[in-house]
Amino acid sequence: MLRLPRLDYLRPRSVGEATELAAKHPGAMFIAGGTDLVPNLKRRQFNATTLISLNALPDGRLVEGDIHHGVTIGARVTLDELARHEMLGSPFRALAQACGSVSTPQVRYMGTLGGNLLVDPRCNYYNQTYSWRKAVGFCLKKDGDICLVARSSPRCWAVSSSDSAPAALALNAEVTLQGVEGTRRMAAAALYRDDGIDYTSKRPDEVITTIHLPAVEGRMTSAYWKLRRRPAFDFPILGVAVAITWDGGAVREARAALGAVASHPVDITSFLAPLEGARPTEDLIAEVAEAADKPSRPLDNTDLSHYWRKRMTKVYIERALRDACGLEPLGGRLTAQVRAGAG
Amino acid sequence: MPIADRVAVRLRVNGEEVAVMVPPYKTLLEVLREDLGLTGTKHGCELGECSTCGVLVDGRPYLSCLAMPLDLEGREITTVEGMADGSEPDPLQVAFAELGAAQCGYCTPAMLLTARALLDHDPHPTRDAIKEALSGVLCRCTGYLKIFEAVELAASRGRRHG
Amino acid sequence: MADELAIVGKSLTKPDAFAKVSGQTRFADDLALPRMLFGRILRSPHPHARIVRVDTSRARALPGVLAVLTGDDLPIKFGILPVSQDEEALAREKVRYVGDPIAAVAATDEWIADEALELIEAQFTELRPIMSIEQAIAADAEPIHGTSNVHKAVALEFGDTDAAMLAAQHVREDVVFFEGNTHLPMEQHAAVAQYGADGKLTLWTSSQTPHYVHRALGKVLELPMSRIRVIATPNGGGFGGKSDIFSHELVAARLAMVTRRPVKITLTREEVFYAHRGRHPVLMKVKTGLTKDGRITAMQFRSFLDGGGYGSYGVASTYYTGALQATTYAIPRYRFEAVRVFTNKPPCGPKRGHGTPQPRFALETHFDKVAEELGLDPVELRLRNLPRPDSRTVNWLRITSCGLEACINKVVEGSGFLERRRSMPRGRGLGFAVSSYLSGAGTAIYWNDMPHSEVQLKLDRNGGVALLCGAIDIGQGSDHILAAIVAEVLGVALEDIQLTTADTDLTPIDLGSYSSRVTFMAGNAAKAAAEKVRGQLFEAVARALPCDVDDLLARDRRIVRRNQPAEGVSFAQAVQLAEAAGGVVTATGSYTPPKLAGPYKGSGVGPSPAYSFSAAVVEVDCDVRTGEVRVPEVWIAHDIGRAINPVLVEGQVEGSVYMALGEALMEEQTFRLGLHKFPSLLEYKSPTALEAPVMHTYLVETIDREGPFGAKEAGQGPLLPVIPAVANAVYNALGVRIDEIPITPDKVLKAMSDRSKRVGPASTPAFEFPPLIKADVPEEWKGK
Ligand SMILES: Cc1cc2nc3c(=O)[nH]c(=O)nc-3n(C[C@H](O)[C@H](O)[C@H](O)COP(=O)(O)OP(=O)(O)OC[C@H]3O[C@@H](n4cnc5c(N)ncnc54)[C@H](O)[C@@H]3O)c2cc1C
Ligand code: SF4
Ligand code: FES
Ligand code: FES
Repeated sequence: MLRLPRLDYLRPRSVGEATELAAKHPGAMFIAGGTDLVPNLKRRQFNATTLISLNALPDGRLVEGDIHHGVTIGARVTLDELARHEMLGSPFRALAQACGSVSTPQVRYMGTLGGNLLVDPRCNYYNQTYSWRKAVGFCLKKDGDICLVARSSPRCWAVSSSDSAPAALALNAEVTLQGVEGTRRMAAAALYRDDGIDYTSKRPDEVITTIHLPAVEGRMTSAYWKLRRRPAFDFPILGVAVAITWDGGAVREARAALGAVASHPVDITSFLAPLEGARPTEDLIAEVAEAADKPSRPLDNTDLSHYWRKRMTKVYIERALRDACGLEPLGGRLTAQVRAGAG
Repeated sequence: MPIADRVAVRLRVNGEEVAVMVPPYKTLLEVLREDLGLTGTKHGCELGECSTCGVLVDGRPYLSCLAMPLDLEGREITTVEGMADGSEPDPLQVAFAELGAAQCGYCTPAMLLTARALLDHDPHPTRDAIKEALSGVLCRCTGYLKIFEAVELAASRGRRHG
Repeated sequence: MADELAIVGKSLTKPDAFAKVSGQTRFADDLALPRMLFGRILRSPHPHARIVRVDTSRARALPGVLAVLTGDDLPIKFGILPVSQDEEALAREKVRYVGDPIAAVAATDEWIADEALELIEAQFTELRPIMSIEQAIAADAEPIHGTSNVHKAVALEFGDTDAAMLAAQHVREDVVFFEGNTHLPMEQHAAVAQYGADGKLTLWTSSQTPHYVHRALGKVLELPMSRIRVIATPNGGGFGGKSDIFSHELVAARLAMVTRRPVKITLTREEVFYAHRGRHPVLMKVKTGLTKDGRITAMQFRSFLDGGGYGSYGVASTYYTGALQATTYAIPRYRFEAVRVFTNKPPCGPKRGHGTPQPRFALETHFDKVAEELGLDPVELRLRNLPRPDSRTVNWLRITSCGLEACINKVVEGSGFLERRRSMPRGRGLGFAVSSYLSGAGTAIYWNDMPHSEVQLKLDRNGGVALLCGAIDIGQGSDHILAAIVAEVLGVALEDIQLTTADTDLTPIDLGSYSSRVTFMAGNAAKAAAEKVRGQLFEAVARALPCDVDDLLARDRRIVRRNQPAEGVSFAQAVQLAEAAGGVVTATGSYTPPKLAGPYKGSGVGPSPAYSFSAAVVEVDCDVRTGEVRVPEVWIAHDIGRAINPVLVEGQVEGSVYMALGEALMEEQTFRLGLHKFPSLLEYKSPTALEAPVMHTYLVETIDREGPFGAKEAGQGPLLPVIPAVANAVYNALGVRIDEIPITPDKVLKAMSDRSKRVGPASTPAFEFPPLIKADVPEEWKGK
């Protein structure tokens, strides 16, 4: 049986206590649902000797506010709750869909939004047992000194594999962090760094306490499309989140982000500029999608071939855009792909 | 600081309060099987990738291989051993037995518990709802069809005691 | 009163069902003995290397470590086949794949055991790894065993195929590839060993073949078999993956002997991928000659098997890639050449359908193309070449009952195949294929004259029936089959039968749960034993009533006169009468298959006392922009002979279809940098409940004259037609040929954008096969 390394398990009763414990125990890690952390620890992907559980904290489990004033989500709200939450109706549907498309019902009952935003970037040279990694000679990300995907690369290209991260970017979400040095609030996009190892700007002692979805003015629609081999269990090998605010039948603002094509969620909002002020027709959407896949540069370190994943990017951008624009996302074409998410 | 050898964990399993001294890094799966003798809970990967280790926590399907016992104090844990009411098996257990929904029987405890959680929240699920609810438990033997049929049969017979 | 069947043919609840649904079934890893230690195995990090030194001193010194073993502690080689005794429990000189066992420890817990493994220092000289068929047969390849990487090469010919090809009006040749995949039972293999103060060794193991494990333990441990007891625990899925002898079984036993404490070894999921013995990757070339109207005149078949690092069942697998072509099609002239090579990967072996799904894929896609060229529909082509019941194939396989035509009709009608496949929108398609499979191998692994299955019955005074048999239930329902057959013959209820199975101390031999043999062979043995013991009861009752023995009937827990059912005794009274007359009421039954091998070398693989037949239609729904393929509906018909328990047969058929769809669309065991690319349940893709199609299962009963109550196999055959039917359906949907399994979306999209409209291998490598063994053809094929 694969087991956790020997470690201490601390259960602070307040966020303040949690951050202090983290500052006191270098190398300690927070654990929420444990669904990303525990498997990674069993494969010895980290050296943590202390886990600081966030599960005895009194707060962090509420969803508050509404569409007109903005919604605040506690970091420990589970993915299952979010997938079904009434507050995440049409405008914020992309986030509900993203949460509802994570892995299995079991993982969604246990996994939290905070943990999901911070999923350790994945790579199929890295998410392997210690003995497998040892046999292959280890890699930069843990215990080794080269990248096995891009051997001459000085950096790690592990893939940002969170479903909620691109949705958070597309919805212009913000996160609140609390650490020993105080509390700060930042755009979700600022939480991420384009590096497979050092992937977050969150400091080790900082706890994500809440995630905020901004107030919506007028009408907004959103959608999340996820590509993966099986309709359950699998991490995204491509995620597309789009959010559109409307002036009547015309697009006021269109935002979008890609997941699983780089080490961070990639904002592709600038590629959607041609939509702004326009009534999105099928042709216009196809045209925009055709160009918007530019920043997608998948490497051969997830499931299926990276050539194929690259080719899929525009298809999925188009489908997500159509979905958010109220067009039949598949354009009447038959499809095998189960639509992502609960929504 | 040395790592704590053993800590006291108090759990509520199948309606009974139990207290064990275990290393704090043992998962619920290990504590159930190795310290409480509840070997009805199985395992196929210990990494969250099969759900064979599924149990219920407060009526929701959880993966015991990823769950940390210290965080489950005060929660209600149900394993397959707790499904029957004394001598009376759960209608799902009867239906699984009758329809051959347990071939090798290895995924069966998790399948049954997951189906129980479904029926408790949706007593008459559609086929699609059953598929969705069971999508997290892998079975290599049955092709799932007998399992779907057994859940439907149990649903049609209703929960014991009304 | 008619002799109608009371239990056989009914969908009753199997005897082990309630234990399984209540979590009481004890699988190997569920066992815990007092003072038990935990064993772990150190495995090779290199695909191909010479072992220079293994230093275990630091591991031995770790507190909590009770024993450390290396290859020198278990130097005797073993293997499942007598001709391939090429494995060591712990490698001594060389390692042949990443995962090959090198050393082992027993410790008081798994944390300490794992730490101890880290402290073992192993030094290697790396050798060039051989990771493909082409590399293995290259002239300068470093030999993995001996002097060549050719493990087995065969060349057989039945009649002059070259002449027949020349005379044929239509000839077609295809080259296809089937990537290997693995069984993936949900239960990870586990074994618990105990060495008693009396010098007796007991091993509990999740094995499909306790008898062969027993033999290997005797050989490797150099203990008399009488001092070894092997108990197979219920298998949490097998599919062929637990039918070999595994390092951890031998190691646990030796560790228990050394420490004098019980030792448990449970493989991790990653180690299960290394244990493997799964589906061989096979590259194949098939060439068929036909008449204009689609009658086969000759076939030439070539296969190249990638065997992995050891022999395992490979010699048999090699022959199986050529054995069953002629049980599905009437082929008058047939040539078969095959070669199995060693590569530096986990050893391949038998997975559900052993060696036959790959050629089935080749054949059935080939005939789909042939039919199109000839302007025939694919169903008509099959109907023109049906095998006949009560015949011999050109390679001497004896067919008894054959329900293939009925199977074809069922699925074709049920699916509306002929009409619907012409009118489907782009992206939707239907595919069709047929197959046959053995009901147990007609020759045993060790050639001898002893039975393949034996059953012992012991009746008690209260009417209970103790049934002892070496067969192990791996989920296929063998416990039920045995109990049902005995209960039927004795006229008692299922719950009157007490089963003791798969315990080498207590139960008579059954060779194991492999090659779909248990229902047929152990079933026949159970029937023979029950009939014998019933004879004893009838005699005693006939004396007591008195009446004629032939006048008696056993049913409803009574033994009564056929025409005066009021006259008779209870079953328990009958046992008491017999016991009073002759002591313990007991009988044994056994089954030895008829000698069926043909008059040529290599004829031992393929013969079976009976063949099952299947036909399938698969519907696919393809995403034309992504190449993804989904299967919404499957129609499958299976000639089962007789369904002893229809619900269990359906379960086997549905499970086979499921496994086939996984293989067709996503499962693959592939390698990168010399090691398994993703030995995990997440990255080795196994279909989920959401992908389960609607299935229409038709059971065709042909009441085979040699099967128990007419039964044949169900556990493997129905897998076979499904994989090629998916490929044929993809062609129907998109006009592309994916001549390579699995059919992944990237391949489909590639084929769609390629001018050839095809993805697949172009040719087979140059290889000099041995001279053809030219066998005589059976009388019925002479002059045809
Ligand atoms: C088989 C399998 C499939 C999966 N598939 C998917 C998938 O499809 N998509 C997907 O997105 N994820 C997937 N996951 C990953 C994971 O389950 C989810 O991302 C989940 O949401 C993580 O949440 P958690 O609460 O369990 O996080 P944890 O595992 O508890 O934590 C994850 C990381 O976040 C940190 N962390 C957690 N909460 C906080 C906080 N409040 N403040 C600061 N740091 C915090 C932890 O220290 C850790 O580094 C999968 C996991 C498994 C095992
Ligand atoms: S991208 Fe390179 S460095 Fe990063 S985890 Fe993968 S192999 Fe290692
Ligand atoms: S054992 Fe596989 S998910 Fe827990
Ligand atoms: S019954 Fe064997 S895995 Fe489900």
